[in-house]
Amino acid sequence: MTLSDTDLAAIVLSLKLAGTVTVILLVLCTPLAWWLATTRSSWRGTVNAVVALPLVLPPTVLGFYLLVAMGPQGFIGEITTWLGLGTLPFTFTGLVIASLLYSMPFVVQPLQNAFLALGKRPLEVAATLRAGPLDRFITVVLPLSRGGYVTAAVLGFAHTIGEFGVVLMIGGSIPGETRVVSVEIYDHVEALQYANAHSLAAIMLVFSFLILLGLYSVQSRSTASLWPSR
Amino acid sequence: MAESLSNTLNDRGQAPIQARLQLDYGSAFQLDVDLTIPGKGITGVFGPSGSGKTSLLRCIAGLEQAQPGKLIVKGKIWQDQHYQLPTHQRPIGYVFQEASLFEHLSVQRNLDFARKRASGQPDPAQQQRIASLLDITPFLHRYPHELSGGERQRVAIARAIMVNPEVLLMDEPLASLDNERKRDILPYLEELHASYNTPIIYVSHSVEEIARLADHVILLDKGRVVDEGLPANIFSRLDLPLLPGDEPGVIVQATVIEREQDWRLIRVGFDGGELWTQDNDEPLGSTVRLRILARDVSLTLSLQQDSSILNRVAAVVDEIATNNQQSAVTLVRLKAGREYFIARLTRRSVNQLSLHPGKRVWAQIKSAALVR
Repeated sequence: MTLSDTDLAAIVLSLKLAGTVTVILLVLCTPLAWWLATTRSSWRGTVNAVVALPLVLPPTVLGFYLLVAMGPQGFIGEITTWLGLGTLPFTFTGLVIASLLYSMPFVVQPLQNAFLALGKRPLEVAATLRAGPLDRFITVVLPLSRGGYVTAAVLGFAHTIGEFGVVLMIGGSIPGETRVVSVEIYDHVEALQYANAHSLAAIMLVFSFLILLGLYSVQSRSTASLWPSR
Repeated sequence: MAESLSNTLNDRGQAPIQARLQLDYGSAFQLDVDLTIPGKGITGVFGPSGSGKTSLLRCIAGLEQAQPGKLIVKGKIWQDQHYQLPTHQRPIGYVFQEASLFEHLSVQRNLDFARKRASGQPDPAQQQRIASLLDITPFLHRYPHELSGGERQRVAIARAIMVNPEVLLMDEPLASLDNERKRDILPYLEELHASYNTPIIYVSHSVEEIARLADHVILLDKGRVVDEGLPANIFSRLDLPLLPGDEPGVIVQATVIEREQDWRLIRVGFDGGELWTQDNDEPLGSTVRLRILARDVSLTLSLQQDSSILNRVAAVVDEIATNNQQSAVTLVRLKAGREYFIARLTRRSVNQLSLHPGKRVWAQIKSAALVR
């Protein structure tokens, strides 16, 4: 198994992209998931549907609209140009933004489920013990939703590593900037470099399997130890 | 209102809690109460399931928003038309029906959660006092899931006290426990009552708990206050909504006047007569509370000396329940001095003895249990 320098650069870029996206998503999705789990607003269904769209849309559809929006005539593109950032397609930043949208449901939904499973009671208890809203969230909600955060982080990370369609449309294949592992494999195959494609594909397969294995074993252990049979 | 407000301000320590609360959940349930709850002792809120007991408590805690509502506690406004003090700013302690300990924290850290946020001066000896009162010291280092139901509830009670509440709210704290566990915890609650000055509002649908603990009883039904007053008065009602398995029966305050060591009996006197009951080592002269169940009271028209029943009290028939014409038995309320008794008789006996209000009878009391 041989990895070229560009292969290694692609792996590093994939990890960097997935790490950045996961951290941002955990921060952004916490209030969003909390709102979705607790609101009685009639907008809840609509927001839920929008967040879940990337689960069912072909990545090319999302990629296409993002490309249009981030292009020089798109509304995002106009804003970024006005800010002096230029346009985002075919940049790492553009890739991060696209991945945020694409991986969002994989982070929002585990968090939302964790918050829902918590119920109102622990918060009511904390309130009767003089804990204010932020205090309650930090000292009660976050630790009790730990399992949800682990799941959200792992799924968000793994899913970002595995994306291809959106990346190709937004990022293209610029070495070190937008050429992530999945695109590198595609390039190898197009160039009929099957041996190189094999190496990277195998790494992806093993990595994905291990990450899911780790997730599921942690999940079953934590449910067993946190909520033992009573 | 203004006058009573200034009264409460003058007497902060024992100022009452004034609650005028309405809660509307459509036709399914409505709460509509206007109450003054004593600022000391245990007030038992009693009523059948769905009578609004828990909703009342949740409104006082601010977990439910009564609209309209007015709530003045010890001279401070917690809620009025324009204002709602958030739950975390109300000086309450709340014990939920199922012990809601934080599962991610050990018992000690559950207590710390309350202690760190407690109002007033930190008192280093406080935890030790509370922990020994509720006997939780042996498992401070354990986690909630390692405790039994009764232990969890004791920790929850300790935690609620640790925040130094001005009012302690308890929502059926024993309802999720089996009878044996209940009997384990009741003495702790009595101890709490004896050693703890903070007023407690204790919600329950168990006659036994209210009879043992309450100094004042509020009877709720369908979201409204049916009656309130001393336990002796409330429990002498013939129309109390009782749980299946709960016996109707009265509470009698009495004073210990004689001890018969050989027979393990004490003689207690009340306004209207005397009773013998089992000696539980109460000192002479102390006040005790007896619970006398309707099924343990029978009636004779003349004084019978050749009975195994020790206690015979001269009484007058006060009221005969008429709401159970389909049943073989009915309840008869008797008055002896200032105290009331309830007897459960067959309707046939009522007819044969031609009982009617005002008739003089002898109540034979088979057993009188000391409850406090």
